[in-house]
Amino acid sequence: MTMNMRLRAAAVASALACLAAVSVPAQTIAITGGKVFPVSGPPIENGIVLIRNGKIVSVGANVTVPADAQRIDATGKLVTPGLFDAATQLGLVEIGQVSETRDTRAQGKDNIAAAFTVWDGLNPNSVLLAPARKEGVTTFAIMPSGGLVSGQAAVVDLVDGTTTDMIVRSPSAMVAEIGDAQQAGVASRGELLVKLRELLEDTKFFITHRAAFDRAETRDFRASRLDLEAMIPVVQGRLPLLVAVDQVSDIDAAMRLARQYDIKLIIGGGAEAWMMADKIAAAHIPVLTGAMNNIPSSFSSLGQRQENAALLTAAGVKVALVGNAGGGDEEAFNVRNIRSEAGNAVAYGMSWENALRGVTLAPAEIFGVADRLGTLQPGREANVVVWSADPFEFSTRAEHVLIRGIERTNETTRQDLLTQRYMNLPPAVIK
Amino acid sequence: MRVLNSILVLASVAALGCAGTTPTPAPTPAQSVSRDSVPPNLAGRGGVSLPNADPFPSTYVPFPSRTLVIRNVSIMTAAGPTIRNGSVLVQNGKITAVGATVDAPSDAVVIDGTGKYVTPGIIDVHSHIGVYAAPGGNALSDGNEATNPVTANVWAEHSVWPQDPQFPRILAGGVTTLQVLPGSANLIGGRSAILKVVPSRTVQGMKFPGAKYGLKMACGENPKRVYQNRGPSTRMGNVAGYRAAWIQAEAYRRRWDKWNADHKGDPPSRDLGLETLAEVLRGNILVHNHCYRADEMGQMIDIAHEFGYKIRSFHHGVEAYKVADLLGKEGIGASVWADWGSFKMEAMDAIKANLALVDRAAGSHGMIHSDDPSGSQRLNQEVSKAMAAGIAAGIPVTEDQALKWMTINPAWALGLDDKIGSIEKGKNADLVLWSADPFSVYARAEKVWIDGALMYDRSDPTQQWRTDFELGFVPTRNR
Repeated sequence: MTMNMRLRAAAVASALACLAAVSVPAQTIAITGGKVFPVSGPPIENGIVLIRNGKIVSVGANVTVPADAQRIDATGKLVTPGLFDAATQLGLVEIGQVSETRDTRAQGKDNIAAAFTVWDGLNPNSVLLAPARKEGVTTFAIMPSGGLVSGQAAVVDLVDGTTTDMIVRSPSAMVAEIGDAQQAGVASRGELLVKLRELLEDTKFFITHRAAFDRAETRDFRASRLDLEAMIPVVQGRLPLLVAVDQVSDIDAAMRLARQYDIKLIIGGGAEAWMMADKIAAAHIPVLTGAMNNIPSSFSSLGQRQENAALLTAAGVKVALVGNAGGGDEEAFNVRNIRSEAGNAVAYGMSWENALRGVTLAPAEIFGVADRLGTLQPGREANVVVWSADPFEFSTRAEHVLIRGIERTNETTRQDLLTQRYMNLPPAVIK
Repeated sequence: MRVLNSILVLASVAALGCAGTTPTPAPTPAQSVSRDSVPPNLAGRGGVSLPNADPFPSTYVPFPSRTLVIRNVSIMTAAGPTIRNGSVLVQNGKITAVGATVDAPSDAVVIDGTGKYVTPGIIDVHSHIGVYAAPGGNALSDGNEATNPVTANVWAEHSVWPQDPQFPRILAGGVTTLQVLPGSANLIGGRSAILKVVPSRTVQGMKFPGAKYGLKMACGENPKRVYQNRGPSTRMGNVAGYRAAWIQAEAYRRRWDKWNADHKGDPPSRDLGLETLAEVLRGNILVHNHCYRADEMGQMIDIAHEFGYKIRSFHHGVEAYKVADLLGKEGIGASVWADWGSFKMEAMDAIKANLALVDRAAGSHGMIHSDDPSGSQRLNQEVSKAMAAGIAAGIPVTEDQALKWMTINPAWALGLDDKIGSIEKGKNADLVLWSADPFSVYARAEKVWIDGALMYDRSDPTQQWRTDFELGFVPTRNR
């Protein structure tokens, strides 16, 4: 938890500048009559969420609603924080196999691309943003991929604006992929760790020999100057290292490395994490994982099972649920399915409350933005969704979606336009 | 291990005891349905190989079953409205009664389904399980014979690994029948295999007795990408490729049909690929055509008209909704995802209401498919998403209609709608007992029966099939 506090302080500092640029509506909105799930506390029957100038100002059963407030009647409905997808390539990929619309990975140098700031490739005009927003996703974390060190991740809100407007925290993590030696440009798992260790050692050396480096009086480093620079907050414990890793022995190795270098670790994927859930919990390492993966789809994930998230949570691990069971290129198209990922987590042993936490507060805590996002509490961004019923059910609709206090309801997506265009076939051809 | 042990024993009896003879017990009625177009008097003439025969016959035998009655259960039949608080009776592997009440013999196994649901077994018409087996890698990559744009000569069943650990997972998701197709690298990719989701040492032991073969064809981006250096490298090249193949097939069919009629001289020489295509022209093999775009569907329909064959279903038809009326008029099915899109240019116009829009057109056969071992485990959830999207678009889809998208409609696409796909008297007892309404995200398949035999029981680890591959390798700790 102390690590989180450290992160949080850094988050506030880095995020304030971005926020100032976003225009906020000077209005008061009251969501009334619904069952409110603040996530930070127990549900409130017939609760009121009061929003002013894009922020939540009060939440409770006995909140005075100003006369001039715009009212949203949520009677019989559920009110939750906006959903947070903790690992996606939404906005980085428009059409998977059209390479000019893919901005997920860097060329890097020798499979190291620590300096790569993935958010610079985020397309705020992607037509895939609106469908996610329309189904209650208000925040997501974009991840670079590929190589050994893939680059830097960021947390963004689904506001309608520029990338600058959207960014909540950048970087939010350094991403590395340690399950695949070939991809890392080495011959074995052990050598992969050697290469990562070399990068960490070089970064530490670089910090203390900066002047000599600039005079070209140091030995050559395998990583570039910018990559070394980017790794500094990682070795100083200020920026978490998110390792995409599935096999339990690789998780163990990553944890050894993290202990040795005092690095703050996040496990991403973690197919076999359940096998050492207690140790992961004891080390206070959070895990981003799905709840719909159970296929031994590689020799690194033979132990993959749907109960992974539930078993980790039960052991005390902080778990953020991430989407995309199939793992395919359609991921960005279906960020909206994060809510059914949560539903499946419940079907396979997680409590409903923990599943909701896994798509709201848990990712906010993991990425150090819980002071801004993830709960319905005074002072938080007004990312709020009113659901017709249980948000995890397919038949449930997101009836109101507010992002930083701006209502995004009834947004027409490209998919809606196509549907409308072909809705009206000649009556004679209808069954 | 009670059930699985008896399964293994039975399977070995069937496999060992039937080389060249009829397996015991007696074949089901399905097995007596011949798909051959060979004159029976040719059989047994050593040295003359038999075109269109059944050289890899099914050795499937239903697993042991007992008379079974499920009572007090919501029965979603795919043949009419849901029967609340009803009963289903299963005898000798068949559904023998269904209704508000049934007369069950005293020795029947009785299952109380209070609060639960029964549906027909789910049918996945588009799978690559077995040909792209887990854990993957080159060694198990057997789905695309990407050496020639037309490989009508290959059969998916010759790539299927029965020990693929993905099979038991889809069984646990309620899938009882699947079509395994070759991949989509080729214009014409080869024959499909129609399999029951059962443990077997050989693929023949999984083959659905009497099922017609399918032929995989593919439109658009994949073939022209794979063959860009040798051709086809364009969509027009694709179309020229299909037509050239059918011209050859038509000539081959005439040669053989003539010889089969008069037996004059030596038989024409055999060509495995043309043999398969000729069987399509004769109507004995069903065409399953991977095709995303509406305009390409229009072209494939014209090619089918030109050569006189029928397309049974367009698969991955993300734009099927644009030509729903055309598909209905032609009697062509649409096999689609609920919500896959944007992974390639030709998938850009995917909409979630696709299935509801297609299935609303007169004459249409809309259905869900997976193309994915993860999605295949949750086709009920995929259907639920498609239903919700249809309703949101203003199309009044009911659960009873949506159920057909994963049961009787895919059964029709496989030509098996007289045997499976609905809960009706006389049908095979392929059933799934769900813990809740199957369209809820929380519903799980509790029990799955195939031909009346209990093949999966969530509450009993000894009744959960584990493939050879998983033994020892896949951890069971704390499961």
